[in-house]
Amino acid sequence: MALSRDAVRQIALLARLELTEEELDAQVEHMNALLAQFEKLQELDVTGVEPTAHAFPVYNVMREDRCRPSLPREVVLANAPEQRAGCFVVPSILEGA
Amino acid sequence: MGALHELTAVEAWRLLERREISARELAGACLQRIEAVEPSVRALLTVDAEGALRQADTVDARRARGEALPPVAGIPVVLKDNLCTEGMRTTAGSRILERFVPPYDATVVARLRAAGAVFPGKANLDEFAMGSSTENSAFQITRNPWDLERVPGGSSGGSAAAVAAQECPLAVGSDTGGSIRQPAALCGVVGLKPTYGLVSRYGLIAYASSLDQIGPMGWTVQDVALLLDAIAGHDPLDTTSLAGSARGEDVTGYLEACREGVQGLRIGVPREYFGAGVTPAVAASVRAAADLLANLGAIVEECSLPTTDYALAAYYIIAPAECSSNLARYDGVKYGLRTRELAGHVGLMEKTRDEGFGAEVKQRIMVGTYALSHGYYDAYYRRAQQVRTLIRRDFETAFKRFDVLLTPTSPDVAFRIGERADPLAMKLADICTIPVNMAGLPAISVPCGFVDHLPVGLQVIGGALQERMLLRVAYTYEQATGWHRRRPVLPGT
Repeated sequence: MALSRDAVRQIALLARLELTEEELDAQVEHMNALLAQFEKLQELDVTGVEPTAHAFPVYNVMREDRCRPSLPREVVLANAPEQRAGCFVVPSILEGA
Repeated sequence: MGALHELTAVEAWRLLERREISARELAGACLQRIEAVEPSVRALLTVDAEGALRQADTVDARRARGEALPPVAGIPVVLKDNLCTEGMRTTAGSRILERFVPPYDATVVARLRAAGAVFPGKANLDEFAMGSSTENSAFQITRNPWDLERVPGGSSGGSAAAVAAQECPLAVGSDTGGSIRQPAALCGVVGLKPTYGLVSRYGLIAYASSLDQIGPMGWTVQDVALLLDAIAGHDPLDTTSLAGSARGEDVTGYLEACREGVQGLRIGVPREYFGAGVTPAVAASVRAAADLLANLGAIVEECSLPTTDYALAAYYIIAPAECSSNLARYDGVKYGLRTRELAGHVGLMEKTRDEGFGAEVKQRIMVGTYALSHGYYDAYYRRAQQVRTLIRRDFETAFKRFDVLLTPTSPDVAFRIGERADPLAMKLADICTIPVNMAGLPAISVPCGFVDHLPVGLQVIGGALQERMLLRVAYTYEQATGWHRRRPVLPGT
């Protein structure tokens, strides 16, 4: 089943990628080529096979709950594209705000 | 004694210990070499001459005070630019992190710093470690020191090329689907991808977290072991880091593990790794290596890993899925690039990510987002993880019969820059390295000959935490052949 241009546009929205029309064309072609490769996996019988998320799963790693110094605020903000009054600046989310 | 930049790490360590050379002299020689060859090789994104000399002076002072120092003290180590270095720009080869200066060190960097390693610079890579040629870097094309018209492999292509060009004896890389081993093979150096969890990933800019692993690169097997000794070990800051109890043994002693002798070792040669796509000359080099080990007393037998052919498809679902999740953090708010366009809060993310990510990264984010999306999860992601279980079982079965497996590292020697414009063709060439990451196993690539004057890599795969076994086999092979003594000649040197 091939992905349509609209479907790929929807995936781009989910991925928060603004693609140009040209990029969209390239993605449709690339994704459909890759999906054709993925079809190969249907050949295998995986009934009852547990999925592997990690090769050596380590569960419930806990550390002692104790206070320790964190990075100073100015150091954390040093890489921010825009900052004001000790905060990250973002575009307004509510209309009219 | 030749020029100082030509020393292996072990040779340099011995001379430093005997005070026949200083760390400052060694760092100075490497910095001079970097200046001489970087215009043609372009392996490094950042060079920090001042910092390197300062670190070297500190080590010399420590040694003068009679402090006992580990072997890596005073040795120049180039770091792949996806390892966070406090106060030193770390780009991951991406526009989106072009001006990012980390506020902390990756654990690997912190360990090396404490041990007295010297950092001359940060190495080029495919953007976010996604690629097999280093051509996906947003900043520059790195060239293979054996032939400047060819790629060094990738994604740790800068690390491999820096070692091959003798800019530094050691480099650190990261390997998600072959990104240490394949560039090591294509540049004629040694590269080891450790067992998943042996080396902390804290401070490694994430690509696919269940597959990523940091590892050492160098000219010789001993050098790689020396560096592994310095970076391996449990880290509470990485929850997937294997604790001592899980490892069931002490992690140090890799350098000591480099002993000759393969008498009675059982070596498997899986036939699936010699199929279509592997060039006959590369296959012949690897088979010759197997014959040599048999002559040295190993028991070599052909074997089969039947799910090998499915590893690639499963990897190109799992890795993009994890990538799409990991790279969601680049939103133009907390760090990294932000678009200059005014676009509202969704538009800000969309435009920032469009401007900041390159084509290959966008493709993987798209595929990963799709594979994880509602209605497709079972068909793609879950099935890929089930196939991953089958791949793991294949290896488990093989390691009941064999101590190690021998395969080519890469199906071909280094290709020309721009030659593999089709991203799918590029991905298909990862066939020999990807299954190892899927199973979390360790593997080493060691030079095993030349085809058309270009290096070929032999991959030795081991069971979980069998790094010592890999080092022993690779060291025995290396000492019996001496491929590691060949060096490329660069223009102007």
